[in-house]
Amino acid sequence: MSDVVIIDYGAGNTRSVRAALTHLGRSSEVSADPTLIASAPFVILPGVGSARTAMDHLDETGAAGALRSRFAAESPILGICLGMQLALQASQEDGGVKGLGLLEGLVVRLDAPRIPRLGWAQVEPWGEAFYFAHSFVAESPDTVATSEGLCAAVQRGSFLGVQFHPEKSHVAGLSFLESCLSLA
Amino acid sequence: MPLARLIPCLDVAQGRVVKGKSFVNLRDVGDPVELAQYYSAGGADEMVFLDISATPEGVGTMVQVVQRVADVLEIPFTVGGGIRSVEDASRIIEAGADRVSLNSAALATPELITEIAARFGSQAVVVAIDAGVDVVYTHGARVATDIATVPWAVEAAARGAGEILLTSIARDGQRTGFDLALTEAVRDAVDIPVIASGGAGSAEHIADALRVTDAALIASIVHENPAGLPGLRREIEALGIELRPLKERR
Repeated sequence: MSDVVIIDYGAGNTRSVRAALTHLGRSSEVSADPTLIASAPFVILPGVGSARTAMDHLDETGAAGALRSRFAAESPILGICLGMQLALQASQEDGGVKGLGLLEGLVVRLDAPRIPRLGWAQVEPWGEAFYFAHSFVAESPDTVATSEGLCAAVQRGSFLGVQFHPEKSHVAGLSFLESCLSLA
Repeated sequence: MPLARLIPCLDVAQGRVVKGKSFVNLRDVGDPVELAQYYSAGGADEMVFLDISATPEGVGTMVQVVQRVADVLEIPFTVGGGIRSVEDASRIIEAGADRVSLNSAALATPELITEIAARFGSQAVVVAIDAGVDVVYTHGARVATDIATVPWAVEAAARGAGEILLTSIARDGQRTGFDLALTEAVRDAVDIPVIASGGAGSAEHIADALRVTDAALIASIVHENPAGLPGLRREIEALGIELRPLKERR
């Protein structure tokens, strides 16, 4: 079995996440197979695309149920960008989408000078700059890190979600991924 | 606002870099992958790859380049040139690009912006504008249209573009500084990020542009001295522009 299963949404870019893991010496595979998702040492829910399409795909493939079981079993899951947002209760994106509900909170349209919010921004209290590309943002009591006052990371139980893209955040991003994986 | 971004741009033809081959100690100076890694190590915040050989056969050659880039580059990158359909955009994004850049195709078929944004999100769609005096040009800045620059930028944003890559044709390659008035006009008209392009000849020029807008595209200034990128960043920072703090690889 691979070290990491990257959940397949049926669309979007999983290649960069795989490349980052390969760089860190971890084997990975892209899959929506519920059995694999439930049993893998580490699971990444990546994020590019629209909330509704992604959630529909997770429901249809059984990946959503597998993620809930995995969360209940306290096995580690890392959500990235949309993958983090989908773990909350609901999103305003696409006219309203129900999320996985692993964490409390909602995803709302960003209130920022320019949207999408694109580029590197400092994340506190971690003291590192990471790469962001988003038009929606989480409002959650499970927030554990912020960037310019916006939610940058949420955590509850075995789920850690980040709004930024560690796989696109160069040295800081790789170090972050490495420390996540070392908890598995 | 996120930190200001410095974005080297590589022109690629038939899978090879056609500008910026000079004086780099690389095994293969024409390889876009090696050059991109070099710039990434030197502090590029993102990269742009423009396929200037784009032919009617489509994006096939570029897809292979994109896959190779995505397998090694740990910063975001945009790919433009020859993307004329949602299918083309999908192939480029699924090969690992973060964003596609549309130019002539967006002018010919503005709906394309909306269709790609609906599928991959606005952050995945850059509209590149080659701006002449008042109007937009197409086909590698050779053909004038009757479309005014600022209204086109506004329309592109309204149709779902997530960023404008704004090139001043008059300044491109001249290294005499960015067209700040043009950049400001577009910045004020849209609420999406704007990348200034064309004219970077010094750290001062880049700092001036970054006081006006979110990001600066750089080409000849860095291609002539790729090893100078870290120094260029420090000069820009010394001029009061906050850039991403670089971390050493362990």
